[in-house]
Amino acid sequence: MGELAAAEIAAAQRTTTAPASRGPGRGEASAEQARPRGGRRRRESVYQWAFLVPAVAYLILFFGYPVVKNLVVSFQDYGTATFYTGEAPWVGFANYAKVLGSSIFTTAALNTALFTAGSIAGQFVIGLALAVFFRKRFPLSGLLRSLLLLPWLLPLIASGAVWKWILDKDSGALNQFLEALHLVPNGVPWLTSTSLALVAVVGVNVWIGIPFNVTILYGGLQDIPDELYEAAALDGATGWRAFRHVTWPLLRPVVNVVLVLGVVYTLKVLDIILALTGGGPANSSQTIATESYALSFQEFRFGEGSALGNILVLISLVFALIYLRASRRGVED
Amino acid sequence: MSTVSIREGTPTAGRLRPRKPVTERVPVGRPSGLPNTALGILFLAIMLFPVYWMVNASLQPNGTTIQATWFPIHPDFSGYATALTQQGQNLGTSLIVAVGSVVVSLAIAAPAAYALSHFKVRGTNIVLFGILISQMIPGIVVANALYTAYNDLGLLNTIGGLILADSSHGIPFAILIIRALMGSMQSSIIEAARVDGAGHVRVFWSIVLPVSRNALITAGLFTFLFAWSDFLFALTLTTTDAVRPVTLGLYQYIGSYVTDWSSVMATAVLASLPAVVLLLVAQKFVAAGTASGAVK
Repeated sequence: MGELAAAEIAAAQRTTTAPASRGPGRGEASAEQARPRGGRRRRESVYQWAFLVPAVAYLILFFGYPVVKNLVVSFQDYGTATFYTGEAPWVGFANYAKVLGSSIFTTAALNTALFTAGSIAGQFVIGLALAVFFRKRFPLSGLLRSLLLLPWLLPLIASGAVWKWILDKDSGALNQFLEALHLVPNGVPWLTSTSLALVAVVGVNVWIGIPFNVTILYGGLQDIPDELYEAAALDGATGWRAFRHVTWPLLRPVVNVVLVLGVVYTLKVLDIILALTGGGPANSSQTIATESYALSFQEFRFGEGSALGNILVLISLVFALIYLRASRRGVED
Repeated sequence: MSTVSIREGTPTAGRLRPRKPVTERVPVGRPSGLPNTALGILFLAIMLFPVYWMVNASLQPNGTTIQATWFPIHPDFSGYATALTQQGQNLGTSLIVAVGSVVVSLAIAAPAAYALSHFKVRGTNIVLFGILISQMIPGIVVANALYTAYNDLGLLNTIGGLILADSSHGIPFAILIIRALMGSMQSSIIEAARVDGAGHVRVFWSIVLPVSRNALITAGLFTFLFAWSDFLFALTLTTTDAVRPVTLGLYQYIGSYVTDWSSVMATAVLASLPAVVLLLVAQKFVAAGTASGAVK
């Protein structure tokens, strides 16, 4: 999960711990500053912009430049030779044609779709169930809820390492457990079978994403007034019916945000797949992101790696637009 | 929508019944209490099992551990000894990179957050939009471009290069969180200082930063964790053993056939320590930063 998720979580915690922001609105100081006219006003705004310059410069260098550079490189034959000769001839759309035409792309695109859909479905359903559960205030609920954040805070590579051992075919804890219950005859090759590797990777990613979903959805649930449930109970709606007719409709704006952010973050997941399977066996867990990594950093075909990266950006952008629309509708509500 | 009836029903129901005092806010439905706590502990135990398993495995005896016991009855610390011998330097590298990233991120994010929360300059919306969009950019795209740029600039395999790249995890987040927490800071103290003749830099340094201490600590803790956990840039922007964060050391452990899981898990535990510390400490600061309301 990405960094913005952390902001969302921190913000969600903020809304649940602090009642409301107080003090005068933000506009007052600036209204006062806007009064002076002409030169003074311009100088003032130059001073104010100076505070933003380092951040803007950083964003341009470390986010803007890579996007542009990637776009340029994707139209070049940029490979190992380029690092010696410094030459990267223009090849037009050849990289895109090559990448889209390769048999791995179909596999990687399908895997990306399955990985994203599976991860989001699992994280969201379990996350929502836990969020609803934690909404009942019971002894220790706050403590348990904050401890639940741990899987999300661990370095992905550390989680990957422990899961790799849990899912180990011969001595992994999962197989030991399943064999003890006689659910499977012998070691299930979770990470080494072409039919199971993607399932296993999705499972681990669900585990990582649950805390994020719980936290944001819990914050959304807290904003639904208890009175509505009381009123619904009077109308005979409790339990599932209360969830369906009160919780779900009122939670929809938060749900939209969680789902779209989840998709955007899941599309670019790389660490956990590299740690668990490396995209294998036989590309069975290869996604567009891991394939882009492999092309650039294992085969040093940066042109093709960039082209694939741009396709990923394009897919993310579509969901980003959906996100912006969803969040604007959320504000209007 | 099917909810309309209930939404419209609410005011009526509210009028018929006297409003409950806020303190009596008991959740509707089943009685909650200890059974729920037990259930909650069960859920948490399932979710945290991998973390337990990591600690348990790290305490198993070294060597060809085919079958680990379910409890570390006889804890063996040789896994940690191996981990510290083999990964000690990498842990140090991670620490330096993470601390450096905190310094860089806060130095860049704090002024920006102040400007975004208290100035009304043209273009703030564009900056915020840029931060949002930056989150949509896959790390591999950034790594692709940075590799070639770093290669030209001689920044591959350098601590400084990693610090700058890792800050891309923390800076957008730090700007957003500090801005959110600074929003509750009252403009009146800033105005008062300005009227007294203090310049922008002085106001920022002597008033805004001290008042925003908790916001800075919160952002700093998360920034540390992001840089410490970074794997992608460690993987792509280093090519030799010279500068090697612990995440990459761990990846190389599990990339080959693992025979000695206890030292791998000991390394994973050591790599996870900052997350645990953050979980215990940050909550307090996040809560404190908002509850205090900055000035009274």
